[in-house]
Amino acid sequence: MNSESDKAGQAVEAGLSASGDPAAVATFEERKSPGRRFQQFLHVYPTTIPFLVLLLGVVVFAFIAGSRFFHPLNLSLILQQVTIIAMVGIAQTLVILTAGIDLSGGAIMVLASVVMGRLAVLSGVPVPLAFAAGIVVGLFCGFLNGLAVSWLRLPPFIVTLGTWSVFRATNFLYSKNETLRQQDVEQIAPFLQATGRLIKIHDHLPFGFVNGATVTLGSLFMIAVAIVMTYVLRRTAFGRHVYATGDDPQAAQLVGIDVSRTLVSVYTLAGFICSVAAWVLIGRIGAVSPNAASNVNLDSVTAAVIGGTSLFGGRGSIIGTLFGALIVGVFRNGLALAGLDNNWQELTIGLLIIIAVALDQWIRRLSE
Amino acid sequence: MKTSSRSAIRLLAVLTLLAAGNTARAADILIGLITKTDSNPFFVKMREGAAEEAKKLGVKVQAFAGKFDGDHDTQVAAIESLISAGAKGILLLASDSRAIVPVVQKARDAGILVIALDTPLDPMDAADATFATDNFKAGVLIGEWAAKTLGPKAKDAHVAFLDALENQPSVDVARDQGFMKGFGIDPKDTSRYLDENDKRIVGHYWAGGAEDGGRTGMETLLQKDPNTNVVYTINEPTAAGAYEALKAAGKADGSVLVVSVDGGCPGVKNVKAGIIGATSQQYPLLMAKKGVDAVVEFAKTGKKPPPTPGLKFFDTGVNLITDKPVPGLKSINTAEGLKICWG
Repeated sequence: MNSESDKAGQAVEAGLSASGDPAAVATFEERKSPGRRFQQFLHVYPTTIPFLVLLLGVVVFAFIAGSRFFHPLNLSLILQQVTIIAMVGIAQTLVILTAGIDLSGGAIMVLASVVMGRLAVLSGVPVPLAFAAGIVVGLFCGFLNGLAVSWLRLPPFIVTLGTWSVFRATNFLYSKNETLRQQDVEQIAPFLQATGRLIKIHDHLPFGFVNGATVTLGSLFMIAVAIVMTYVLRRTAFGRHVYATGDDPQAAQLVGIDVSRTLVSVYTLAGFICSVAAWVLIGRIGAVSPNAASNVNLDSVTAAVIGGTSLFGGRGSIIGTLFGALIVGVFRNGLALAGLDNNWQELTIGLLIIIAVALDQWIRRLSE
Repeated sequence: MKTSSRSAIRLLAVLTLLAAGNTARAADILIGLITKTDSNPFFVKMREGAAEEAKKLGVKVQAFAGKFDGDHDTQVAAIESLISAGAKGILLLASDSRAIVPVVQKARDAGILVIALDTPLDPMDAADATFATDNFKAGVLIGEWAAKTLGPKAKDAHVAFLDALENQPSVDVARDQGFMKGFGIDPKDTSRYLDENDKRIVGHYWAGGAEDGGRTGMETLLQKDPNTNVVYTINEPTAAGAYEALKAAGKADGSVLVVSVDGGCPGVKNVKAGIIGATSQQYPLLMAKKGVDAVVEFAKTGKKPPPTPGLKFFDTGVNLITDKPVPGLKSINTAEGLKICWG
C-alpha cells in the first residue's frame, strides 16, 4: 500500500468515526484537560449539544412562559409546526453531509405540491397518478441539481441558487399563482390532505399526562422518514459513501467510491424527500398554494446547522437536524408565548446559528 | 489577441442591435409596471389587467417585480432601466414606500409620469398620482361588521391579529388600524400598530400573507389565549390558514369570527362557505387599467390624473362582502362578490 492511499484511508476512517463510532477516537493521547475531554466527547457524540439546548429551552420556557408553554397540547403543536421544516431538513442534511447545500429544496416541495394539486383537482387526473407525478417532478428536480453539481462540477451553492429561481418561476408559471381552496381539494383529492389528519395521543396511549396532545399523520410520517434515513446513513454502504464524499472527495475517490454517482444519488434523494414533504405541506395548510412555505428552505439549513451538521461536510446526523428544527420551534413558540415579538425570535435564532457554527469549528480543530 | 478583437466586434454588433431596437421602440408608448413580487395573485392579476388594457390601446407594458416581499433594490434597478429605456410612465407598487422616493424623483425629472398603485408613497405627493384602495376604510368596514355582529359581547371580545410583516408596510398598518377603529379599539397612532393597550387584543403575529403563516400564527395566538373569538387577517390566504388551525382546535363551529381583506375569488368562496365572516373587496384590475389609461392620456395631452374629490389619491373603491349583513352597514353578498372578484 503506498503512502497516499494509506492517508486517504485514514481520512475516510476519520469521517466514518464522526457518524458515531466511538472506537476510532479512543486511541488519542493520555492526559487531557476537562475542556479537551469535552471537545472529544462532542466529536464522538455531536448531537449532545442540540439535545441539551432543546432540553434547556423547554425548561427555561416552562418557567418564563408558564403552563401555557409546558402543556402537552402546546408541545405537540410545536412538533406539528416544525414537521415541514424537519422534512426538508432531512433532505438538506443529506446534501450538507456531502459538503454541499441545497437552496432549492423548498421550491421543489412547493412545485411538487402544486403539480399534485392541480393535476388532481383541475386536470381531472386520477389522484394516485397526480400524486406520483408530483413525486416524479421532485425526483427530476433533484436529479438536475445532482447532474449540475457532479458532472458539470459547478459549486452546489450556485447550482441550487439558480435552480431555486427556475423551480419557483416554473411553479408560478404553471399555477398562474392561483390557490386551490381547502374545500376543493377535500372534495376531489382528500388523499392529498391525509397527512393533516389529527390523532389524539391519549386515545392511543395509557398515559394521563399526554392529555390534550395531538399529533398529525404528517408528523409521524416525518419521524418514520427520519428513522429510515438514519438507518441508511449509518448502516448501508451508500450512507458511508455519503460521509466519505463529504469528508474528503479525493480520498473517497481513491478508495474506490464513485463520488459523482454518490452526489447525483444524494441530490436526487433530496428531491424525492422534498416532494414527499409536499404531501405533508398540503396536509398542514389544507389548500394548495403556490405562495406557501417560502421560508422553509432557509429554515431547513438553520435546523441542520443548529443540529450540529457541519457545513464543511462529513459530520452530522438526521437526528441532530430533528433536534435543530425542534429547537427553532421551541424558541419561536416560547418567545411568542412570553410576549416577545417576532424580531426577538429572529435575533435569538440568529445567535443560535452563530453559536452552533462556532462550536462546530471548535470541534473540528480536534480532527486537525 | 485575435480572439479578443473578434469578441470585441461581436460585442459591438450586439450593442448596435440593441441600440437599433431601442430607437425603433421609442416611437411607441412604453409603460413600466413594477410590482412588489411576482408571486402574489393580486400582482399577477394587476399585470394581466395592465397587459389587456395596453393591448387595447396599442401601447407596450413591461413588467418588473421584486424577488421577495420587501425587495427594494430590484425595484430601484427596474426604475433605472425604465428611465434608460425611455418609458412614458411607471406604475409602481413600492416595497419600501419611503426609500423609493429619490429614484422616483429621478424618473419624474426625466419626464416620466409615476403613478403609485395600491401602496401610497411616503410622502404621498412623491408620485404624480396614486390609484389605490382605501385600505384604512377596508379595515374599518370589517371592524364594524365584527363589532355589530357580536353586539354587546364586543366589549369582552378576545381579538387576535394576523398581520403581514415585521416592518409594518403601509397597507398592513392601514388595514390593521382601520379594523381597530371600526371594531372600537383605540388605535392610538394610526401610522403603526403595537402601540395599543386595549385588553381585548390577544396579540399580533406576522403571518407573511400566506396559508402556512396563517396556520402557525393562529395556533400560537390560540395558545396565548384559548378564548380568542375574533380574528383579523391581513388577507384571505392567511384567513384560510387560520381556519385550518381553528378546525384542528375544534373551534370551526362558527364561535370564532374571522375577517379579512382582498376579495380574491378563493377568498369570496370562503366567505360563502362560512370560513370567513366578512371580507373587504378591492379592485386591482381597475387600478392597473386606470393606470395604463392615465399614462396614455399623459403621453398624448400632458394632463395628469386628478385625485378623488376630498382625498389625496384616486380611490378605486372597496365593498364589504358577507352573507350575514348587519343593519346600518352597506354590504354586498357573495353571489355579487363572485361576479367581480379577481384571481
